[in-house]
Amino acid sequence: MPLPTSYYPSYYSIDDILATQERVPCKFLVNVPKMGILNPSAAETDLEVGTSLELPLWLVSEMSTGRQPIVQLELPKIFKQTYQEILKADACAVDLHKFNLYFYELGSYVKHFDSHGDVHSILLHTFKTRFRQLLDLADNSISDPSVQQKLDTLERKVFKEGCNARTKLNEWLVQSGVTMEAANMVVNHKKRKRIDIQGLFDAFEFTNMMHKSVPIVILAYKI
Amino acid sequence: MFCEKAYTLIKELSRSEDTLPPYNTELVTAVINETKHLRDQNEEDAHTSNNDDSNAGTSLLPTVRIRHAAVKRNVRCLLAYHYNRIRCLRTMRWEFGSILPADIKSNLSASEIEWFSRYSRTLAAYMRSIGEEGVNLAVDLRPPKAMYIEVRCLTDYGKFELNDGSVILLKKDSRHYLPRAECEELIRQGVFQHID
Repeated sequence: MPLPTSYYPSYYSIDDILATQERVPCKFLVNVPKMGILNPSAAETDLEVGTSLELPLWLVSEMSTGRQPIVQLELPKIFKQTYQEILKADACAVDLHKFNLYFYELGSYVKHFDSHGDVHSILLHTFKTRFRQLLDLADNSISDPSVQQKLDTLERKVFKEGCNARTKLNEWLVQSGVTMEAANMVVNHKKRKRIDIQGLFDAFEFTNMMHKSVPIVILAYKI
Repeated sequence: MFCEKAYTLIKELSRSEDTLPPYNTELVTAVINETKHLRDQNEEDAHTSNNDDSNAGTSLLPTVRIRHAAVKRNVRCLLAYHYNRIRCLRTMRWEFGSILPADIKSNLSASEIEWFSRYSRTLAAYMRSIGEEGVNLAVDLRPPKAMYIEVRCLTDYGKFELNDGSVILLKKDSRHYLPRAECEELIRQGVFQHID
């Protein structure tokens, strides 16, 4: 894969950068001069102590650590008691995509700020419960595509890998003679080109048709 | 809000799997300028708080820390943007061969094109250095079963000279029975299709 996705986030991991952009609520513990820009609803130049804001995780985790934390992170609502109850009841029925795009990644960051350790166990519980369903989905990928939309980013990745592995296994079982194939990127590049040409052609046809039937419309459009 | 531009840059890259979007010079420059600006502001504030100890109540330290976090974030996004593009480019060297299609090449920045040609050169030098005559690492990715294979030509490729000196004309939809070693690269590039 050209843009490798690693589960264990590295400094260069695109997924990790996207996940840490998610906003989490936090409360300021000290006065911060000149940082009114962080609060879009106020016009003052300074941030007062006690202000509550939703800021990207990368900023919050940077500010809440160290000897003198500037902010106190609060748990996002999807990791709070009510939502935990929902997940405990039946994790499979939940639309995790709607909870958060990066449910697990975000969870594994905020769990350090949760003193009870509940977030940790709910993450594990959710993944374990949903994994069986995920595996089933990946093996029968022809079934309803709308089910895929309920998965979060990590689950989608697992799902995709699972589908690929299943197709490869099937291929290998059916024919063990190995055919050489064009490289993955080359194939995709060609497909994209074909779509481009097709698209151009369609557009051309369309304008032609328009010209013949309603020239005035085109004229008006140009003006 | 800080680092929005850097985020856009990364988002753009994440949207396109298997392909490179055009190098976004404009946004990269904008991110660099934002970073410089933040750094300058920090330097200024650091001087003020050093010289002026009287207003201990409104310390500028948190401000400096927040800006510094933004600088670090910007740097991370920029490095990740370039690193991941180069990784993609490296895979392209193995999949497309040493000559890239024109429309991909037009998406690269000048330094990326230079990197690509240098990588190609290094790779070629390495392949030549293996054994006595050198080994082409880009072929025989799977163990061969037969010396000759049947292929169908998918494009009007033109003339193609075989190792024994004979020249064949590759037309679209023509079929050929060729030594495996000589057509593997063309199969990888999507010129031939391997027929069982």
